[in-house]
Amino acid sequence: MTVTTNIEPVKPKSALARLLAVVLAMASRPSGLVGLVLVAFHIVLAIVSPAIAPYDFKELSAQLILNSPSAEHWFGTDNLGRDVFTRTMLGGRQAILVTTISTVLAITWGGLLGVLLGLVGGRLDEFLMRLVDAFLSLPWILVLLLIVVMIGFTPGVLILTLGFFYGIPVIRMARAATHDVVALDFVTAARARGESRFTIVRKELLPNVLDVLLVEGAMRWSWMLLAFSSLSFLGFGVTPPTPDWGLMISDARSFMSFAPWAALAPVVALSSLIIGINLSADALAKAIGIDRAQQAPV
Amino acid sequence: MVRLIVRRLALGILTIVLVSGIIFVGVEALPGDTCTAYLGRAAQGTRLDNCRRDFGLERPALTRYAVWALGAVHGDFGVSLKRKTPISEIVGIRFRNTVILGVTASLVGVPLAILLGIFAALWRDRPPDLWVSTAAICAMTIPEFVTSTVLILIFSIWLGWLPGIVTTPPDAPLFEFLSDIILPIIALALVMTAHILRMVRTSVIDVMASDYVQMAQLKGVPYWRIVFRHVLPNALLPTINLVALTIAWLLGGTVVIEVVFNYPGLGRLMIQAIFFRDLAMVQAIALILATLYVGLNLFADLLTLVANPRLRTMKT
Repeated sequence: MTVTTNIEPVKPKSALARLLAVVLAMASRPSGLVGLVLVAFHIVLAIVSPAIAPYDFKELSAQLILNSPSAEHWFGTDNLGRDVFTRTMLGGRQAILVTTISTVLAITWGGLLGVLLGLVGGRLDEFLMRLVDAFLSLPWILVLLLIVVMIGFTPGVLILTLGFFYGIPVIRMARAATHDVVALDFVTAARARGESRFTIVRKELLPNVLDVLLVEGAMRWSWMLLAFSSLSFLGFGVTPPTPDWGLMISDARSFMSFAPWAALAPVVALSSLIIGINLSADALAKAIGIDRAQQAPV
Repeated sequence: MVRLIVRRLALGILTIVLVSGIIFVGVEALPGDTCTAYLGRAAQGTRLDNCRRDFGLERPALTRYAVWALGAVHGDFGVSLKRKTPISEIVGIRFRNTVILGVTASLVGVPLAILLGIFAALWRDRPPDLWVSTAAICAMTIPEFVTSTVLILIFSIWLGWLPGIVTTPPDAPLFEFLSDIILPIIALALVMTAHILRMVRTSVIDVMASDYVQMAQLKGVPYWRIVFRHVLPNALLPTINLVALTIAWLLGGTVVIEVVFNYPGLGRLMIQAIFFRDLAMVQAIALILATLYVGLNLFADLLTLVANPRLRTMKT
């Protein structure tokens, strides 16, 4: 008797279709939907805000100092008579731009190096992981501040610094994820076929580690926003008069007892973006089946 | 067992040595040195040369590293440029203050996190869990300066219950800090609770799904007995490490909290040192904080080793 196997080859879905499916799965939970909407809102706002802002963000006015919210100035005015609504609308642009680019940077270099180390192993791997451990035992804020103060805090430096520093924990994540894959049969098969290391990384490992890296990227993004706004809160980030949430909160704290709106507006804006990113990251992790709470904070 | 402990200790020391190297090389590699920072615009010609000679900067980097590292082992971190006093004198009391903040926040945060984490795990994916988990995400990722600002706004400006900034001098006795320190503790404990809660939740959920718990359920062991006898001991052990890691990592967060509340701790000292480019001070604080981090991790590892017999025979 002959057994006929009749297995249809599984058609690989296009990247776009897969992305759409993931986004739909994310939006199917209420928390994921809220997260996606918040993130989309902030991104759209960051793009269109210069065109729709009602006032000039650096326009001073002696008559309007610390006015409470009114029909003309929805969120009131600050200690220099500037419109808080306008400044809050524009206050996320630099933060979002810088952190988005540095997230991509961090995921790319950290991910590639991590996958390579996971594949190669050996002395080099051991030494570099020690170095990674040592690096992570330094307080993040110290490292960032030191670099930024010594080289200068322009957006370019901030992008490179954040991208470099937050790439380090990504190495560890990517390496661990690679270890899970590297022992599987299809990698052994690829080795047996005599594929080069480069091909194994590109064709076998990266596609399998990509999910982990995506979730990692979403998480990194929110940590970077935290870091970026902390830096500018401490006075080492965005230079005035450019509006920035961290800087606005820092400025508004001194007159918070009589003008709480000037502090509350950026507080709500920054918090809503960060919560949005995290809800999305959680939903993304659930949609592609990774439990993100298992990961250490760094 | 002894070999394992020795190995772990050696690894910890190696990490600290590497860290000291990174700190030294990092400060070295940045443009400008102690003297250019000290002299500012006047940093040229003979004045620069004289200053460099006074501070011994013309020696090779390796010699300077050796001198610095040897001094640090003995608790001598050199002299602060800004304050013209030995760093060890300034740092000691600030270190105590930061430790007070960290310890009290952990005393509040860790038990609360364990309780909430277990609670969330047992009611997994039902409304109690969803509320706790969502609140945790918010507390975890909103920057410390934002929560601190909101806390000050509510408790010291609107309600007037607690002071919004610390006015006690750095070397005041412990009890004088009490009323000042409550808001900073809340701010720090919030973040800490959120992080640890999530780890505890995951760990409990994992154990609840294991075979032996299912077996106990099938045997008809009462639910709460399963939870307390079978699940919790096994679920909480692995979190010891993560708790230590989190507490150590939150040192970065205390810096911001200390600045917001004007709290005289190590973090605020560090920001001031960076601001004035007091590099010797920065190096010292970086090394102390990193050692604290490594030490905490080491302590957690040893504690796990003692508490969990299974690890003792494991090969590493």
